[in-house]
Amino acid sequence: MSHSEEEEIARDYICFGNPNCTVIVVDATCLERNLNLVFQTMEITNHLVLCVNLLDEAKKKKIRIDLDSLSKELGIPVVGTTARKKKTLHQLMDTISQVCTEKNIFSPNKITYPTIIENGITKLQNVLLREFSLSTDLARWISLKIMDGEETILQSIEENLSIDLLNNHALQEIKKEIRNDFEENHITENNFKDLIISTIMHKSETICGKVCTFEDENYSKRDRKIDQILTSKTLGIPIMILFLGLIFWLTIIGANYPSQALFSFFSWLQEKLFLFADFLHCPGWLSSMLISGVYQTLTWIISVMLPPMAIFFPLFTILEDLGYLPRIAFNLDGFFKKCCCTRKTDDYHVHGIWL
Amino acid sequence: MNQQEKTLNHLPLNTKGIIKKINCTGTIRRRLLDLGFVEGTSITPVLISPSQDPRAFSIRGTLIAIRKEDANLISIH
Repeated sequence: MSHSEEEEIARDYICFGNPNCTVIVVDATCLERNLNLVFQTMEITNHLVLCVNLLDEAKKKKIRIDLDSLSKELGIPVVGTTARKKKTLHQLMDTISQVCTEKNIFSPNKITYPTIIENGITKLQNVLLREFSLSTDLARWISLKIMDGEETILQSIEENLSIDLLNNHALQEIKKEIRNDFEENHITENNFKDLIISTIMHKSETICGKVCTFEDENYSKRDRKIDQILTSKTLGIPIMILFLGLIFWLTIIGANYPSQALFSFFSWLQEKLFLFADFLHCPGWLSSMLISGVYQTLTWIISVMLPPMAIFFPLFTILEDLGYLPRIAFNLDGFFKKCCCTRKTDDYHVHGIWL
Repeated sequence: MNQQEKTLNHLPLNTKGIIKKINCTGTIRRRLLDLGFVEGTSITPVLISPSQDPRAFSIRGTLIAIRKEDANLISIH
């Protein structure tokens, strides 16, 4: 279930590229939401490693995750990491190499869908296995996608596996049969997807309930307090202007000093270069073209442009890392909407802003 | 759609609601479902933007901001 081109490419590679190992990196602080992706990937491949990252953040938020039982629940190897600490990555490497060399064979606990869907899967799977040479896992996944009926995925299945799904007679028959079954049970194309996703969500919820313990409810309360101030009606916008103003001030005023230093260094070097050119008996037109022309222009640009960029971007990155940018988007969304109300670009239309 | 049906927009701040149905199709529906807006999920509006729209909802352990026009598509118990 991909939303964008890069997701589609990643999916196609996992499906058809026959990867030795797929590592799914999830955020320990919101495991439940991320498990969705894990289950979807489990449908496609058996060679999986789940990497639960940001364990340090989770620890700060007093969230404890029992990685061993998570591994048991999912049936795949689970490694906890804190990417900033190199040490924690060694175990991940070891596990990946184990999966690649197939020292340990894992069998993921795939999602079991409601009976009516499972019946459909079995029927389609049998036909697929009879008609084409596919692995059972792949056949199961393709069955799901056939029932889902999403054209783009089916087309890329056909292209990549060079099989003819849409015109296969036996397959069409079974599809009709399943559609009738579905209709009897009031399953339409729309609520089919709902059923699939809600099954996955509920499974994720159950697993998270088992493996995660939240020891401190107050932590999120503190976070929430800060959010309330940052997005409040009276203070939200002034704080934003203050923050951005501070950054611009630091950039504009702060950049003067390194600019000046660079400028005097380059001018000093320029004099030396002229002396050097004289020493080489370089013709005047050449030395003035190279030194007063190329060198001077280049160094002026560097001394004017480099310091502000070297100040602005790191500062902005800090704001980004603090998670302040989504709050700005949240504060300003109403204004953006007013500005763009006539433009019908779906790209701009943000349906959900992560906070 | 039934006029009397309660949607996310009717839910006051810091009051819990349970998602009943998502009344839309296509990509918005897919997006909402993937974000965890599934039948039976509890959801609480916790923040409101200075311009009153969008509001941020706490759902499945995360905060997600949704505009009024989209929140209107989600009916609750």
